[in-house]
Amino acid sequence: MSSPVFVVGLGAISAIGNNVAECLTALKTEAAGIGDINNLQTAHRGKLPVAEVKLTNEQLAIRSGLPSTISRTALLSMLAAKEALDDAAIQNISSLRTGFISANSVGGMDRSEDFFAEFLADNAKGKLRDVVNHECGAVTELVADKLGIKNYITTISTACSSSANAIFLAARLIKHNMLDVVIAGGTDALTKFTLNGFNTLMILDQQFCKPFDENRKGLNLGEGAGYVVLVSEKVMATLKKEAYCTLSGYANANDAYHQTASSPDGTGSFLAMTGALEKSGLKPADIDYINLHGTGTQNNDIAEGTAIKRLFVDQYPKMSSTKSFTGHTLGACGGLEAVFSALAIKHGIIYPNLRLETPMVDLPFVPERKFLQNVPVRNVMSNSFGFGGNCSSLIFSKI
Amino acid sequence: MDKLIADLKAQIIEQLNLQDTKPEDISDDQPLFNEGLGLDSIDALELIVLLQQHYKIKLSNAEDGPKVFKSVKTMAEYITEHQPKV
Amino acid sequence: MKTYIRATGNISPQQSFGHQFLTEIIEHTGDRLTCIEPDYKGIIDVKLIRRMSRIIKMGVAAAMECLQESGVTIPDAITTGTAYGCLEDTGVFLTKMVEHNEELLTPTAFIQSTHNTIGAQIALMLQCHNYNNAFVHRGFSFESALLDGMLLLAEKEANNVLVGGIDEITNISHSILSRMDLYKCEQISNLDLFTTKSKGTIAGEGASFFLLANASSDNDYATLDGMHTFYKPTSATETEQQITSFLSAQSISINDIDLILTGRNGDTKNDELYSQLQQSVFKNSSTGNYKHLCGEYPTSMAFALWVAVNIIKTATVPTVISKEVKNKPKKILIYNHYQNIHHSLLLVSAC
Repeated sequence: MSSPVFVVGLGAISAIGNNVAECLTALKTEAAGIGDINNLQTAHRGKLPVAEVKLTNEQLAIRSGLPSTISRTALLSMLAAKEALDDAAIQNISSLRTGFISANSVGGMDRSEDFFAEFLADNAKGKLRDVVNHECGAVTELVADKLGIKNYITTISTACSSSANAIFLAARLIKHNMLDVVIAGGTDALTKFTLNGFNTLMILDQQFCKPFDENRKGLNLGEGAGYVVLVSEKVMATLKKEAYCTLSGYANANDAYHQTASSPDGTGSFLAMTGALEKSGLKPADIDYINLHGTGTQNNDIAEGTAIKRLFVDQYPKMSSTKSFTGHTLGACGGLEAVFSALAIKHGIIYPNLRLETPMVDLPFVPERKFLQNVPVRNVMSNSFGFGGNCSSLIFSKI
Repeated sequence: MDKLIADLKAQIIEQLNLQDTKPEDISDDQPLFNEGLGLDSIDALELIVLLQQHYKIKLSNAEDGPKVFKSVKTMAEYITEHQPKV
Repeated sequence: MKTYIRATGNISPQQSFGHQFLTEIIEHTGDRLTCIEPDYKGIIDVKLIRRMSRIIKMGVAAAMECLQESGVTIPDAITTGTAYGCLEDTGVFLTKMVEHNEELLTPTAFIQSTHNTIGAQIALMLQCHNYNNAFVHRGFSFESALLDGMLLLAEKEANNVLVGGIDEITNISHSILSRMDLYKCEQISNLDLFTTKSKGTIAGEGASFFLLANASSDNDYATLDGMHTFYKPTSATETEQQITSFLSAQSISINDIDLILTGRNGDTKNDELYSQLQQSVFKNSSTGNYKHLCGEYPTSMAFALWVAVNIIKTATVPTVISKEVKNKPKKILIYNHYQNIHHSLLLVSAC
């Protein structure tokens, strides 16, 4: 069961780019995607900055081949998943046992909330087609059907750790010889439901977020989708293309402290990172880069930072939060950041943590503030910590 | 002030769904958070909305919460001081 | 390596909480079966109950009952499956959002609406820092949670896993699903579900938990020998092939099965497939049904599993499930499909 699992395809769409290449260019040029609300019809327009994908539903529909009347969550998912699949370029895929493990937190809520306004006034009103794909799993199936995948399909929804959990479940299914190829990751579109929900928690920054800054005020919500294609060793041997990296470690732990806040000493985060290291057989000193969960909230950053302090004890790797570029994409962040992690290994690059002016006084390390290249990046740890104490860490390694 | 305190107790019980608590169970100076009534950070957010909804007072800085919501009495004092004059 | 089902906890439209196994059959009239719930005050801390909506209380109580029976205080992992998630809280937050035009909203309903809340709440109450996952995939939600649990046991990442399937009906959800023509128009008794030949089924809900273990104990209900799911089969023939392949992979024949529990739901179109299978693969088998007791919902397989393992444990088949079984059943196959999209097979045996 120790056979490696290879990452051979990447797909992404976010506020900083409509595909992997565009996202990478933005990361290199330190161009964040945060700004005013343009797409979402909400009372908070002009008041809260967000990181929207810069395409309308109509544009997403044309590019994805799906109808514009379906959920934006599905449209984003389709684009990124297709890009990953095309990138992997597995010729004989129809003869392989293929799975699609996706994740999201909102499902088709962007359409349901529109339906609901009419329904509330009159239970007989509202278009049923707007709620028929409300469920998280329905969004996954819209994409699976379009991609022609049916051997194994499922959806994970564990708040912000969702797509990280999806990726490592995919790896396990391959290791158990149940599947040969799996597209895994996640998606989430901005909705009034989530924007208002996070607003009630008073953890949204009214300016552009500053992860790991002493004076951080909160997060900016984002949207997007990120997928990786994982294959078994056997399939890898048949491919001409080089893999980006392997998924060498993973773990899922629960903070069990509070429904939305993380424990001050970062118990869940610590356990997830430690577990991932154990699974990979690596030591803390082997990690070259941590893609932080780094949302920019007072609570997450100190909890995560404290957990890193406890685990890495003086040998702190380079680290940064790419949410300073993409905002917090909730169910998609694990997938999107897995893509960024794989690219870091392939290209030997480290992303900057934008807008960090004053390092946190309680932490003995400072995230990278500049984009770096020609850096040996052999092992990357990617953290995703969510509501409900759901903490997951993934480790990607150079082959 | 007495009426305000009485009203507040009833509103707190309703807003936070404290099903088994009656207004007379909450004393004016009793700590609301951690010990005492055992409320937590989510309850603090609920109370911020309560202030706005019933008293038109906006507490824009969540960090002021612990001070304002220390007890029903401190809440009443804060409301009396900050309530917009009609 | 075998998977043992060591304990159960079930809240359903039947008297099931408190380990009652269909001693009294509850009749429901109409298109909606509602769970019979316990008094939660004895089970969950009052300070926590106040924030919990119905589905969370149901899930937590069923999970606690299961753990109590198992003798395990902190499980090595918790996996849950729910198709609709926490509908009541979702409805409350949406309603306030619309009515107040996105102002003066409160956090509790939003926080409680996230799909992983049930599993997270259980972990919080137990202070369980172990693996915790939540699946939200329609008619495969429970099966996905079950598979994840079985994989953890096989990997020896866990020696026991708490697995649950939970879904609820709310007034809002029932109103919307009714508009999709899923349910019976006429008022019938659930006990007449299979004799009333008409369109539509009856809506159900439930919270069923199981403690799976990779080592046997003195009090196990049954072993979970295998599971298989398949998606959108193109024909009844393909479904037959999937069933036959599954049995073959388990190294058994259909004749080794003492009872096939099917997911007939009373809708004539939905049940056509079961009738076809009755003429082919299931021709010589004893069959039974369960959805007249719990109603139709995406995670009903969890209720079916509860029925199956209790049949094996008590060595009796309640006549309300099947009148066809003569001997003490030792092997039960559960086959269900949800809207002919999600097909699931579970095989359980006596230990």
